[in-house]
Amino acid sequence: MMRWSPALLLALLAAAPWLGFSGSYEFTLMARAMVLALAALSLGFLVGGAGLVSLGHAAMLGVGGYAVAILDAHGVTEALLVLPAAVAAAALFALLTGAIAIRTSGVHFIMITLAFGQMAFFTASSLAAYGGDDGYTLYARTEIAGHRLLENRLAFHYLCLALLAGAWLLLRAILASRFGRVLRATRENAQRAEAMGFAPYAYRLAAYAIAGAVAGLAGFLMANATEFVAPSAIAWQRSGELLFMVILGGVGSLPGAILGAAAFVVAEEQLATLTEHWRLIFGPLLILAVIFLPHGLAGRHRG
Amino acid sequence: MAWRGAIVAEPLLILDGLRKHYGGLAVTDGVSLDLRMGEIHAIIGPNGAGKTTLIHQVSGTVAPDAGRVIFGGRDITRLSFPARVRAGLARSFQITSILSGFSALENAALAAQRRHGSSFRFFRAAARDATLNTAGMAALEAVGLAERATMQAGALSHGEKRQLELALALATEPRALLLDEPLAGAGQEETARLIAILRALRDRYAILLVEHDMDAVFALADRVTVLEQGRVLATGTPAAIRADAAVRAAYLGEEEIPC
Ligand SMILES: Nc1ncnc2c1ncn2[C@@H]1O[C@H](COP(=O)(O)OP(=O)(O)OP(=O)(O)O)[C@@H](O)[C@H]1O
Ligand SMILES: [Mg+2]
Repeated sequence: MMRWSPALLLALLAAAPWLGFSGSYEFTLMARAMVLALAALSLGFLVGGAGLVSLGHAAMLGVGGYAVAILDAHGVTEALLVLPAAVAAAALFALLTGAIAIRTSGVHFIMITLAFGQMAFFTASSLAAYGGDDGYTLYARTEIAGHRLLENRLAFHYLCLALLAGAWLLLRAILASRFGRVLRATRENAQRAEAMGFAPYAYRLAAYAIAGAVAGLAGFLMANATEFVAPSAIAWQRSGELLFMVILGGVGSLPGAILGAAAFVVAEEQLATLTEHWRLIFGPLLILAVIFLPHGLAGRHRG
Repeated sequence: MAWRGAIVAEPLLILDGLRKHYGGLAVTDGVSLDLRMGEIHAIIGPNGAGKTTLIHQVSGTVAPDAGRVIFGGRDITRLSFPARVRAGLARSFQITSILSGFSALENAALAAQRRHGSSFRFFRAAARDATLNTAGMAALEAVGLAERATMQAGALSHGEKRQLELALALATEPRALLLDEPLAGAGQEETARLIAILRALRDRYAILLVEHDMDAVFALADRVTVLEQGRVLATGTPAAIRADAAVRAAYLGEEEIPC
Protein backbone atom coordinates (compact mmCIF):
# COMPACT_ATOMS: atom_id res chain seq x y z
CA MET A 1 0.00 0.00 0.00
CA MET A 2 1.28 3.43 -0.92
CA ARG A 3 2.30 5.54 2.00
CA TRP A 4 -0.25 8.22 2.51
CA SER A 5 1.23 11.66 2.77
CA PRO A 6 -0.46 14.31 4.89
CA ALA A 7 1.30 16.89 2.75
CA LEU A 8 -1.19 16.03 0.00
CA LEU A 9 -4.20 16.82 2.17
CA LEU A 10 -2.57 20.00 3.45
CA ALA A 11 -1.77 21.05 -0.13
CA LEU A 12 -5.38 20.40 -1.12
CA LEU A 13 -6.58 22.58 1.74
CA ALA A 14 -4.11 25.29 0.67
CA ALA A 15 -5.37 25.19 -2.90
CA ALA A 16 -9.07 24.79 -2.05
CA PRO A 17 -9.98 28.50 -1.96
CA TRP A 18 -8.62 28.84 -5.50
CA LEU A 19 -10.45 25.78 -6.77
CA GLY A 20 -13.89 27.14 -6.11
CA PHE A 21 -14.20 26.16 -2.47
CA SER A 22 -14.50 29.74 -1.41
CA GLY A 23 -18.08 30.09 -0.27
CA SER A 24 -19.04 30.67 3.31
CA TYR A 25 -20.23 27.06 3.60
CA GLU A 26 -16.96 25.61 2.33
CA PHE A 27 -14.82 27.83 4.55
CA THR A 28 -16.87 26.88 7.59
CA LEU A 29 -16.59 23.20 6.78
CA MET A 30 -12.85 23.36 6.15
CA ALA A 31 -12.26 25.34 9.35
CA ARG A 32 -14.23 22.76 11.30
CA ALA A 33 -12.18 19.96 9.73
CA MET A 34 -8.88 21.70 10.48
CA VAL A 35 -9.81 22.51 14.09
CA LEU A 36 -10.89 18.94 14.73
CA ALA A 37 -7.81 17.65 12.91
CA LEU A 38 -5.60 19.72 15.21
CA ALA A 39 -7.40 18.34 18.27
CA ALA A 40 -7.28 14.78 16.91
CA LEU A 41 -3.61 15.25 16.11
CA SER A 42 -2.84 16.10 19.72
CA LEU A 43 -4.86 13.12 20.92
CA GLY A 44 -3.12 10.91 18.34
CA PHE A 45 0.19 12.03 19.81
CA LEU A 46 -1.00 10.87 23.23
CA VAL A 47 -2.50 7.57 22.11
CA GLY A 48 0.10 6.58 19.55
CA GLY A 49 3.14 8.15 21.15
CA ALA A 50 2.54 7.64 24.85
CA GLY A 51 -0.13 4.93 24.87
CA LEU A 52 -2.41 7.21 26.88
CA VAL A 53 -5.98 6.64 25.70
CA SER A 54 -7.86 9.66 27.01
CA LEU A 55 -11.63 9.96 26.94
CA GLY A 56 -11.57 13.52 28.18
CA HIS A 57 -9.56 15.24 25.51
CA ALA A 58 -12.35 17.62 24.47
CA ALA A 59 -11.88 19.30 27.85
CA MET A 60 -8.47 20.58 26.68
CA LEU A 61 -10.15 21.99 23.60
CA GLY A 62 -12.80 23.51 25.84
CA VAL A 63 -10.32 25.14 28.18
CA GLY A 64 -8.62 26.78 25.19
CA GLY A 65 -11.99 27.93 23.85
CA TYR A 66 -13.21 29.25 27.19
CA ALA A 67 -9.94 31.12 27.69
CA VAL A 68 -10.79 33.03 24.52
CA ALA A 69 -14.37 33.61 25.70
CA ILE A 70 -13.43 34.77 29.18
CA LEU A 71 -10.77 37.16 27.89
CA ASP A 72 -13.25 38.43 25.29
CA ALA A 73 -15.80 39.14 28.01
CA HIS A 74 -13.17 41.24 29.76
CA GLY A 75 -12.27 43.09 26.59
CA VAL A 76 -9.02 41.30 25.88
CA THR A 77 -9.01 40.42 22.20
CA GLU A 78 -5.36 40.77 21.25
CA ALA A 79 -4.07 37.50 19.74
CA LEU A 80 -0.60 38.05 21.17
CA LEU A 81 -2.24 37.70 24.59
CA VAL A 82 -5.23 35.50 23.87
CA LEU A 83 -3.45 32.77 21.94
CA PRO A 84 -0.68 32.12 24.50
CA ALA A 85 -3.28 32.32 27.27
CA ALA A 86 -5.49 29.70 25.59
CA VAL A 87 -2.52 27.38 25.01
CA ALA A 88 -1.11 27.88 28.51
CA ALA A 89 -4.50 27.39 30.19
CA ALA A 90 -5.05 24.09 28.40
CA ALA A 91 -1.49 22.93 29.11
CA LEU A 92 -1.90 23.82 32.78
CA PHE A 93 -5.25 22.02 32.95
CA ALA A 94 -3.56 18.98 31.38
CA LEU A 95 -0.67 19.18 33.81
CA LEU A 96 -2.91 19.33 36.87
CA THR A 97 -5.38 16.64 35.82
CA GLY A 98 -2.62 14.54 34.26
CA ALA A 99 -0.61 14.58 37.49
CA ILE A 100 -3.41 12.49 38.97
CA ALA A 101 -4.68 10.60 35.92
CA ILE A 102 -1.26 9.34 34.86
CA ARG A 103 -0.81 7.54 38.16
CA THR A 104 -3.42 5.13 36.84
CA SER A 105 -3.38 3.05 33.69
CA GLY A 106 -5.61 1.15 31.30
CA VAL A 107 -9.34 1.33 31.97
CA HIS A 108 -8.75 3.45 35.08
CA PHE A 109 -6.96 6.07 33.03
CA ILE A 110 -9.86 6.16 30.56
CA MET A 111 -12.37 6.55 33.41
CA ILE A 112 -10.44 9.25 35.24
CA THR A 113 -9.90 11.34 32.10
CA LEU A 114 -13.61 10.95 31.39
CA ALA A 115 -14.35 12.16 34.91
CA PHE A 116 -12.09 15.21 34.56
CA GLY A 117 -13.73 15.95 31.21
CA GLN A 118 -17.17 15.85 32.78
CA MET A 119 -15.98 18.07 35.61
CA ALA A 120 -14.85 20.61 33.02
CA PHE A 121 -18.20 20.23 31.24
CA PHE A 122 -20.24 20.95 34.39
CA THR A 123 -17.94 23.79 35.37
CA ALA A 124 -18.46 25.40 31.96
CA SER A 125 -22.24 24.87 32.26
CA SER A 126 -22.25 26.71 35.55
CA LEU A 127 -20.26 29.71 34.32
CA ALA A 128 -23.31 31.98 34.23
CA ALA A 129 -21.19 35.04 33.45
CA TYR A 130 -20.02 33.32 30.27
CA GLY A 131 -23.30 31.97 29.00
CA GLY A 132 -23.72 28.90 31.21
CA ASP A 133 -25.51 26.09 29.37
CA ASP A 134 -26.29 28.30 26.39
CA GLY A 135 -22.69 29.12 25.64
CA TYR A 136 -20.98 32.41 25.00
CA THR A 137 -20.92 34.40 21.78
CA LEU A 138 -17.72 36.40 21.18
CA TYR A 139 -18.01 40.12 20.56
CA ALA A 140 -15.55 39.70 17.73
CA ARG A 141 -12.80 37.47 16.50
CA THR A 142 -9.40 37.86 18.10
CA GLU A 143 -7.33 40.73 16.69
CA ILE A 144 -3.73 40.44 15.60
CA ALA A 145 -1.64 43.43 16.67
CA GLY A 146 -4.82 45.50 16.64
CA HIS A 147 -5.88 44.40 13.13
CA ARG A 148 -9.09 42.47 12.62
CA LEU A 149 -7.25 40.11 10.29
CA LEU A 150 -9.08 36.97 11.39
CA GLU A 151 -12.37 38.45 10.16
CA ASN A 152 -10.93 37.82 6.72
CA ARG A 153 -12.02 34.30 5.80
CA LEU A 154 -9.02 33.64 3.62
CA ALA A 155 -6.59 34.80 6.31
CA PHE A 156 -8.35 32.67 8.90
CA HIS A 157 -8.27 29.67 6.56
CA TYR A 158 -4.52 29.96 6.12
CA LEU A 159 -3.94 30.57 9.82
CA CYS A 160 -5.73 27.31 10.63
CA LEU A 161 -3.77 25.51 7.94
CA ALA A 162 -0.42 26.91 9.09
CA LEU A 163 -1.08 25.99 12.70
CA LEU A 164 -2.20 22.49 11.73
CA ALA A 165 0.87 21.92 9.58
CA GLY A 166 3.12 23.46 12.22
CA ALA A 167 1.65 21.30 14.99
CA TRP A 168 2.08 18.18 12.89
CA LEU A 169 5.74 18.96 12.19
CA LEU A 170 6.33 19.86 15.83
CA LEU A 171 4.76 16.70 17.26
CA ARG A 172 6.56 14.61 14.65
CA ALA A 173 9.89 16.14 15.68
CA ILE A 174 9.10 15.55 19.35
CA LEU A 175 8.36 11.87 18.73
CA ALA A 176 11.72 11.48 16.97
CA SER A 177 13.65 13.32 19.71
CA ARG A 178 15.37 11.90 22.78
CA PHE A 179 12.24 12.63 24.74
CA GLY A 180 10.04 11.01 22.10
CA ARG A 181 12.13 7.86 22.11
CA VAL A 182 11.69 7.45 25.85
CA LEU A 183 7.96 8.12 25.44
CA ARG A 184 7.57 5.50 22.71
CA ALA A 185 9.59 3.04 24.78
CA THR A 186 7.29 3.50 27.79
CA ARG A 187 4.34 2.83 25.49
CA GLU A 188 5.79 -0.25 23.88
CA ASN A 189 7.33 -1.86 26.97
CA ALA A 190 7.28 0.12 30.21
CA GLN A 191 9.27 -2.57 32.03
CA ARG A 192 12.08 -2.21 29.49
CA ALA A 193 12.02 1.58 29.75
CA GLU A 194 12.42 1.25 33.51
CA ALA A 195 15.25 -1.24 33.03
CA MET A 196 16.95 1.50 31.00
CA GLY A 197 16.66 3.84 33.98
CA PHE A 198 13.59 5.82 32.89
CA ALA A 199 10.70 6.34 35.30
CA PRO A 200 7.76 6.69 32.86
CA TYR A 201 5.67 9.13 34.92
CA ALA A 202 7.53 12.37 34.13
CA TYR A 203 7.70 11.61 30.42
CA ARG A 204 4.02 10.72 30.22
CA LEU A 205 3.03 13.82 32.14
CA ALA A 206 5.12 16.05 29.87
CA ALA A 207 3.48 14.42 26.85
CA TYR A 208 0.06 14.99 28.38
CA ALA A 209 0.83 18.69 28.85
CA ILE A 210 2.15 19.00 25.29
CA ALA A 211 -1.02 17.38 23.94
CA GLY A 212 -3.06 19.72 26.13
CA ALA A 213 -1.24 22.74 24.72
CA VAL A 214 -1.92 21.71 21.12
CA ALA A 215 -5.57 20.98 21.93
CA GLY A 216 -5.74 24.43 23.57
CA LEU A 217 -4.53 25.89 20.28
CA ALA A 218 -7.36 24.01 18.56
CA GLY A 219 -9.72 25.48 21.15
CA PHE A 220 -8.50 28.98 20.31
CA LEU A 221 -9.25 28.36 16.63
CA MET A 222 -12.60 26.72 17.39
CA ALA A 223 -13.75 29.73 19.39
CA ASN A 224 -12.72 32.06 16.59
CA ALA A 225 -14.11 29.89 13.79
CA THR A 226 -17.60 29.82 15.27
CA GLU A 227 -17.27 33.00 17.34
CA PHE A 228 -19.00 30.91 19.96
CA VAL A 229 -18.06 28.61 22.84
CA ALA A 230 -20.45 26.23 24.57
CA PRO A 231 -20.23 23.37 27.08
CA SER A 232 -21.25 20.95 24.30
CA ALA A 233 -17.75 21.38 22.85
CA ILE A 234 -16.38 19.79 26.03
CA ALA A 235 -18.92 16.99 26.39
CA TRP A 236 -17.67 13.43 26.51
CA GLN A 237 -19.34 12.72 23.16
CA ARG A 238 -16.85 15.09 21.55
CA SER A 239 -13.98 13.32 23.34
CA GLY A 240 -15.32 10.05 21.96
CA GLU A 241 -15.47 11.51 18.46
CA LEU A 242 -11.87 12.69 18.71
CA LEU A 243 -10.78 9.24 19.83
CA PHE A 244 -12.71 7.78 16.95
CA MET A 245 -10.96 10.07 14.45
CA VAL A 246 -7.61 8.86 15.79
CA ILE A 247 -8.59 5.21 15.48
CA LEU A 248 -10.17 5.76 12.06
CA GLY A 249 -6.96 7.38 10.82
CA GLY A 250 -4.76 4.72 12.37
CA VAL A 251 -3.30 4.66 15.87
CA GLY A 252 0.43 5.35 15.86
CA SER A 253 0.22 7.63 12.86
CA LEU A 254 0.10 11.39 13.36
CA PRO A 255 -0.97 12.05 9.73
CA GLY A 256 -3.62 9.39 10.28
CA ALA A 257 -5.26 11.55 12.94
CA ILE A 258 -5.50 14.44 10.45
CA LEU A 259 -6.91 12.14 7.78
CA GLY A 260 -9.31 10.57 10.28
CA ALA A 261 -10.65 13.97 11.31
CA ALA A 262 -11.07 15.08 7.69
CA ALA A 263 -12.86 11.84 6.75
CA PHE A 264 -15.06 12.13 9.82
CA VAL A 265 -16.16 15.69 9.03
CA VAL A 266 -16.77 14.93 5.35
CA ALA A 267 -18.71 11.71 6.07
CA GLU A 268 -20.82 13.44 8.71
CA GLU A 269 -21.56 16.32 6.33
CA GLN A 270 -22.39 14.12 3.34
CA LEU A 271 -24.68 11.84 5.32
CA ALA A 272 -26.48 14.80 6.87
CA THR A 273 -27.45 16.00 3.37
CA LEU A 274 -28.93 12.57 2.57
CA THR A 275 -31.22 12.13 5.53
CA GLU A 276 -31.98 13.65 8.88
CA HIS A 277 -31.48 10.20 10.39
CA TRP A 278 -27.85 10.23 9.29
CA ARG A 279 -26.57 9.12 12.66
CA LEU A 280 -28.26 5.76 12.08
CA ILE A 281 -25.99 5.26 9.06
CA PHE A 282 -22.94 6.95 10.54
CA GLY A 283 -22.66 4.60 13.53
CA PRO A 284 -22.58 1.32 11.56
CA LEU A 285 -20.27 2.96 9.01
CA LEU A 286 -17.76 3.72 11.77
CA ILE A 287 -17.96 0.15 13.02
CA LEU A 288 -17.34 -1.20 9.52
CA ALA A 289 -14.37 1.14 9.13
CA VAL A 290 -12.79 -0.20 12.31
CA ILE A 291 -13.38 -3.81 11.26
CA PHE A 292 -12.12 -3.50 7.71
CA LEU A 293 -9.36 -0.95 8.28
CA PRO A 294 -7.54 -2.32 11.33
CA HIS A 295 -4.61 -0.02 10.68
CA GLY A 296 -6.81 2.95 9.85
CA LEU A 297 -7.08 5.03 6.71
CA ALA A 298 -3.37 5.83 6.83
CA GLY A 299 -2.50 2.14 6.54
CA ARG A 300 0.34 0.33 8.20
CA HIS A 301 2.85 3.14 8.05
CA ARG A 302 3.68 4.72 11.40
CA GLY A 303 4.39 8.44 11.55
CA MET B 1 49.60 -7.15 50.82
CA ALA B 2 46.70 -8.11 53.03
CA TRP B 3 45.18 -4.63 53.45
CA ARG B 4 44.78 -4.18 49.71
CA GLY B 5 43.15 -7.57 49.37
CA ALA B 6 40.65 -6.60 52.02
CA ILE B 7 39.57 -3.53 50.09
CA VAL B 8 39.22 -5.40 46.83
CA ALA B 9 37.21 -8.12 48.55
CA GLU B 10 34.67 -5.62 49.96
CA PRO B 11 31.38 -6.79 48.37
CA LEU B 12 29.74 -4.43 45.89
CA LEU B 13 26.29 -5.89 46.52
CA ILE B 14 24.99 -7.37 49.76
CA LEU B 15 21.61 -9.05 50.25
CA ASP B 16 20.88 -9.11 53.94
CA GLY B 17 18.10 -11.35 55.26
CA LEU B 18 15.64 -10.82 52.39
CA ARG B 19 12.16 -12.22 52.93
CA LYS B 20 9.13 -12.34 50.66
CA HIS B 21 5.85 -14.12 51.22
CA TYR B 22 3.07 -14.65 48.70
CA GLY B 23 0.08 -15.59 50.79
CA GLY B 24 1.28 -18.41 53.01
CA LEU B 25 4.16 -19.26 50.71
CA ALA B 26 7.64 -18.10 51.73
CA VAL B 27 9.18 -17.51 48.31
CA THR B 28 12.26 -15.80 49.74
CA ASP B 29 13.02 -17.02 53.22
CA GLY B 30 15.87 -15.08 54.76
CA VAL B 31 18.32 -14.94 51.89
CA SER B 32 21.73 -13.37 52.54
CA LEU B 33 24.54 -13.36 50.04
CA ASP B 34 27.05 -10.99 48.50
CA LEU B 35 28.63 -10.18 45.18
CA ARG B 36 32.10 -8.80 44.53
CA MET B 37 33.52 -6.82 41.68
CA GLY B 38 35.02 -9.04 38.96
CA GLU B 39 33.04 -12.03 40.15
CA ILE B 40 30.34 -14.20 38.65
CA HIS B 41 28.12 -15.46 41.42
CA ALA B 42 25.66 -18.02 40.12
CA ILE B 43 22.32 -18.80 41.74
CA ILE B 44 20.92 -22.20 40.94
CA GLY B 45 17.94 -24.12 42.20
CA PRO B 46 14.95 -26.09 40.98
CA ASN B 47 11.95 -24.47 39.28
CA GLY B 48 10.01 -22.36 41.72
CA ALA B 49 12.93 -22.10 44.16
CA GLY B 50 12.49 -18.31 44.17
CA LYS B 51 15.42 -17.25 41.99
CA THR B 52 13.50 -14.78 39.85
CA THR B 53 11.68 -13.37 42.86
CA LEU B 54 15.04 -12.80 44.50
CA ILE B 55 16.35 -10.95 41.41
CA HIS B 56 13.14 -8.88 41.45
CA GLN B 57 13.87 -7.77 45.01
CA VAL B 58 17.46 -6.89 44.25
CA SER B 59 16.52 -4.93 41.13
CA GLY B 60 13.59 -3.18 42.80
CA THR B 61 10.69 -4.61 40.81
CA VAL B 62 9.35 -6.37 43.91
CA ALA B 63 9.58 -4.95 47.44
CA PRO B 64 10.81 -7.43 50.09
CA ASP B 65 8.78 -7.94 53.27
CA ALA B 66 11.99 -7.73 55.30
CA GLY B 67 15.73 -7.46 54.81
CA ARG B 68 18.03 -5.03 53.08
CA VAL B 69 19.85 -4.58 49.79
CA ILE B 70 23.18 -2.76 50.09
CA PHE B 71 24.85 -1.58 46.90
CA GLY B 72 28.20 0.20 46.89
CA GLY B 73 27.92 0.72 50.65
CA ARG B 74 24.49 2.35 50.35
CA ASP B 75 21.15 0.95 51.48
CA ILE B 76 19.04 0.92 48.32
CA THR B 77 16.14 -1.18 49.66
CA ARG B 78 13.67 1.67 49.16
CA LEU B 79 14.98 2.85 45.79
CA SER B 80 12.76 2.33 42.74
CA PHE B 81 13.76 0.02 39.90
CA PRO B 82 14.82 2.80 37.48
CA ALA B 83 16.68 4.61 40.26
CA ARG B 84 18.68 1.46 40.97
CA VAL B 85 19.52 1.18 37.28
CA ARG B 86 20.82 4.74 37.38
CA ALA B 87 22.86 3.82 40.46
CA GLY B 88 24.58 1.14 38.38
CA LEU B 89 22.50 -2.00 38.98
CA ALA B 90 21.28 -3.33 35.61
CA ARG B 91 19.23 -6.45 35.00
CA SER B 92 17.97 -8.74 32.29
CA PHE B 93 14.73 -10.68 32.30
CA GLN B 94 14.00 -14.39 32.18
CA ILE B 95 11.41 -13.69 29.49
CA THR B 96 13.04 -11.53 26.82
CA SER B 97 12.11 -7.87 27.27
CA ILE B 98 13.19 -5.61 24.44
CA LEU B 99 11.62 -2.86 22.32
CA SER B 100 10.51 -4.99 19.37
CA GLY B 101 9.43 -2.03 17.26
CA PHE B 102 12.82 -0.30 17.57
CA SER B 103 15.95 -1.29 15.68
CA ALA B 104 18.71 -3.03 17.63
CA LEU B 105 20.75 0.18 17.57
CA GLU B 106 17.79 2.33 18.68
CA ASN B 107 17.30 -0.07 21.59
CA ALA B 108 20.93 0.19 22.65
CA ALA B 109 21.16 3.95 22.04
CA LEU B 110 18.12 4.53 24.23
CA ALA B 111 19.60 2.35 26.97
CA ALA B 112 22.72 4.54 26.82
CA GLN B 113 20.72 7.78 26.78
CA ARG B 114 20.39 8.08 30.57
CA ARG B 115 24.19 8.30 30.81
CA HIS B 116 24.64 10.80 27.98
CA GLY B 117 22.87 14.05 28.69
CA SER B 118 19.26 15.00 29.34
CA SER B 119 16.32 13.04 27.99
CA PHE B 120 14.15 16.15 28.10
CA ARG B 121 15.35 17.29 24.70
CA PHE B 122 12.42 17.70 22.38
CA PHE B 123 13.52 18.79 18.95
CA ARG B 124 16.72 17.24 17.63
CA ALA B 125 16.25 13.81 16.07
CA ALA B 126 17.71 11.16 18.39
CA ALA B 127 18.58 8.99 15.38
CA ARG B 128 21.16 11.60 14.33
CA ASP B 129 22.65 11.94 17.79
CA ALA B 130 26.24 10.75 17.30
CA THR B 131 26.92 10.41 21.03
CA LEU B 132 24.00 8.03 21.49
CA ASN B 133 24.75 6.05 18.34
CA THR B 134 28.39 5.60 19.33
CA ALA B 135 27.47 4.40 22.81
CA GLY B 136 24.75 2.13 21.43
CA MET B 137 27.10 0.65 18.83
CA ALA B 138 29.73 -0.03 21.50
CA ALA B 139 27.19 -2.02 23.52
CA LEU B 140 26.13 -4.00 20.45
CA GLU B 141 29.76 -4.72 19.62
CA ALA B 142 30.39 -5.97 23.15
CA VAL B 143 27.83 -8.73 22.58
CA GLY B 144 28.72 -9.36 18.93
CA LEU B 145 25.55 -7.84 17.51
CA ALA B 146 27.04 -4.92 15.57
CA GLU B 147 26.13 -6.28 12.14
CA ARG B 148 22.47 -6.48 13.19
CA ALA B 149 22.34 -2.81 14.25
CA THR B 150 19.73 -1.65 11.73
CA MET B 151 17.52 -4.71 12.06
CA GLN B 152 14.22 -4.41 13.86
CA ALA B 153 14.68 -6.00 17.29
CA GLY B 154 11.49 -8.04 16.95
CA ALA B 155 12.89 -9.69 13.82
CA LEU B 156 16.11 -10.92 15.45
CA SER B 157 16.57 -14.62 16.19
CA HIS B 158 15.89 -15.81 19.71
CA GLY B 159 19.58 -16.03 20.57
CA GLU B 160 20.21 -12.58 19.13
CA LYS B 161 17.41 -11.18 21.27
CA ARG B 162 19.15 -12.63 24.33
CA GLN B 163 22.38 -10.95 23.16
CA LEU B 164 20.53 -7.67 22.67
CA GLU B 165 19.05 -7.90 26.14
CA LEU B 166 22.59 -8.21 27.46
CA ALA B 167 23.70 -5.23 25.35
CA LEU B 168 20.86 -3.13 26.82
CA ALA B 169 22.06 -3.89 30.33
CA LEU B 170 25.65 -3.00 29.37
CA ALA B 171 24.60 0.24 27.66
CA THR B 172 23.32 1.60 30.98
CA GLU B 173 26.98 1.52 32.12
CA PRO B 174 26.32 -0.55 35.22
CA ARG B 175 28.69 -1.81 37.87
CA ALA B 176 26.66 -4.90 38.62
CA LEU B 177 24.57 -7.10 36.33
CA LEU B 178 21.63 -9.19 37.48
CA LEU B 179 21.06 -11.78 34.77
CA ASP B 180 17.99 -14.00 34.98
CA GLU B 181 18.63 -17.05 32.81
CA PRO B 182 20.39 -15.25 29.95
CA LEU B 183 20.77 -18.60 28.14
CA ALA B 184 17.10 -19.60 28.41
CA GLY B 185 15.87 -20.99 25.11
CA ALA B 186 19.14 -20.38 23.25
CA GLY B 187 20.41 -23.11 20.90
CA GLN B 188 23.73 -24.90 21.29
CA GLU B 189 25.72 -22.53 19.13
CA GLU B 190 24.07 -19.43 20.64
CA THR B 191 24.73 -20.76 24.14
CA ALA B 192 28.43 -21.15 23.39
CA ARG B 193 28.55 -17.59 22.05
CA LEU B 194 26.72 -16.19 25.09
CA ILE B 195 29.03 -18.04 27.48
CA ALA B 196 32.05 -16.54 25.72
CA ILE B 197 30.48 -13.07 25.98
CA LEU B 198 29.75 -13.46 29.69
CA ARG B 199 33.26 -14.69 30.34
CA ALA B 200 34.66 -11.62 28.62
CA LEU B 201 32.47 -9.38 30.80
CA ARG B 202 33.49 -10.88 34.12
CA ASP B 203 36.52 -8.69 34.85
CA ARG B 204 34.72 -5.38 34.47
CA TYR B 205 31.47 -6.13 36.28
CA ALA B 206 30.00 -7.92 39.25
CA ILE B 207 27.57 -10.48 37.84
CA LEU B 208 24.76 -12.24 39.67
CA LEU B 209 23.79 -15.05 37.32
CA VAL B 210 20.62 -17.11 37.61
CA GLU B 211 20.98 -20.06 35.28
CA HIS B 212 19.56 -23.54 34.74
CA ASP B 213 22.29 -24.62 32.33
CA MET B 214 24.70 -26.38 34.71
CA ASP B 215 27.47 -26.66 32.13
CA ALA B 216 27.38 -22.89 31.79
CA VAL B 217 27.22 -22.35 35.54
CA PHE B 218 30.22 -24.52 36.26
CA ALA B 219 32.15 -23.05 33.35
CA LEU B 220 31.54 -19.45 34.41
CA ALA B 221 30.89 -19.11 38.13
CA ASP B 222 33.42 -18.15 40.75
CA ARG B 223 30.89 -18.93 43.44
CA VAL B 224 27.58 -20.75 43.41
CA THR B 225 24.61 -20.33 45.72
CA VAL B 226 21.99 -23.05 45.74
CA LEU B 227 18.46 -21.90 46.48
CA GLU B 228 15.68 -24.26 47.49
CA GLN B 229 12.19 -23.23 48.55
CA GLY B 230 13.39 -19.70 49.14
CA ARG B 231 16.31 -20.70 51.33
CA VAL B 232 20.03 -20.77 50.75
CA LEU B 233 20.98 -24.43 50.80
CA ALA B 234 24.70 -23.84 50.24
CA THR B 235 27.16 -21.24 48.98
CA GLY B 236 30.66 -22.04 47.80
CA THR B 237 33.06 -22.60 44.96
CA PRO B 238 31.78 -24.71 42.07
CA ALA B 239 33.96 -27.58 43.28
CA ALA B 240 32.57 -27.41 46.81
CA ILE B 241 28.98 -27.22 45.55
CA ARG B 242 29.52 -30.23 43.32
CA ALA B 243 30.75 -32.20 46.30
CA ASP B 244 27.98 -31.02 48.66
CA ALA B 245 25.78 -33.89 49.71
CA ALA B 246 22.73 -31.75 50.48
CA VAL B 247 22.90 -30.16 47.04
CA ARG B 248 23.14 -33.52 45.37
CA ALA B 249 20.13 -34.65 47.35
CA ALA B 250 18.10 -31.61 46.37
CA TYR B 251 18.92 -32.13 42.71
CA LEU B 252 18.51 -35.88 42.65
CA GLY B 253 16.17 -36.82 39.82
CA GLU B 254 15.87 -33.15 38.90
CA GLU B 255 19.07 -32.48 37.04
CA GLU B 256 22.47 -34.10 36.87
CA ILE B 257 25.29 -31.95 38.23
CA PRO B 258 28.25 -32.56 35.93
CA CYS B 259 31.38 -33.68 37.71
N1 LIG C 1 3.44 -12.55 42.19
C1 LIG C 1 3.38 -13.78 42.72
N2 LIG C 1 2.29 -14.15 43.42
C2 LIG C 1 2.20 -15.38 43.97
N3 LIG C 1 3.16 -16.32 43.87
C3 LIG C 1 4.27 -16.02 43.18
C4 LIG C 1 4.44 -14.74 42.55
N4 LIG C 1 5.63 -14.72 41.92
C5 LIG C 1 6.18 -15.93 42.14
N5 LIG C 1 5.38 -16.70 42.88
C6 LIG C 1 5.66 -18.09 43.31
O1 LIG C 1 6.90 -18.05 43.95
C7 LIG C 1 7.63 -19.22 43.67
C8 LIG C 1 9.00 -18.84 43.12
O2 LIG C 1 8.87 -18.27 41.85
P1 LIG C 1 10.13 -17.76 41.03
O3 LIG C 1 9.65 -17.29 39.71
O4 LIG C 1 10.90 -16.81 41.83
O5 LIG C 1 10.95 -19.11 40.87
P2 LIG C 1 12.25 -19.40 40.00
O6 LIG C 1 13.22 -20.01 40.90
O7 LIG C 1 12.67 -18.21 39.24
O8 LIG C 1 11.68 -20.52 39.02
P3 LIG C 1 12.11 -20.83 37.50
O9 LIG C 1 13.35 -21.65 37.58
O10 LIG C 1 10.96 -21.63 36.99
O11 LIG C 1 12.28 -19.55 36.77
C9 LIG C 1 6.81 -20.03 42.70
O12 LIG C 1 6.12 -21.04 43.42
C10 LIG C 1 5.84 -19.03 42.15
O13 LIG C 1 4.63 -19.65 41.81
MG1 LIG D 1 12.83 -17.71 37.27
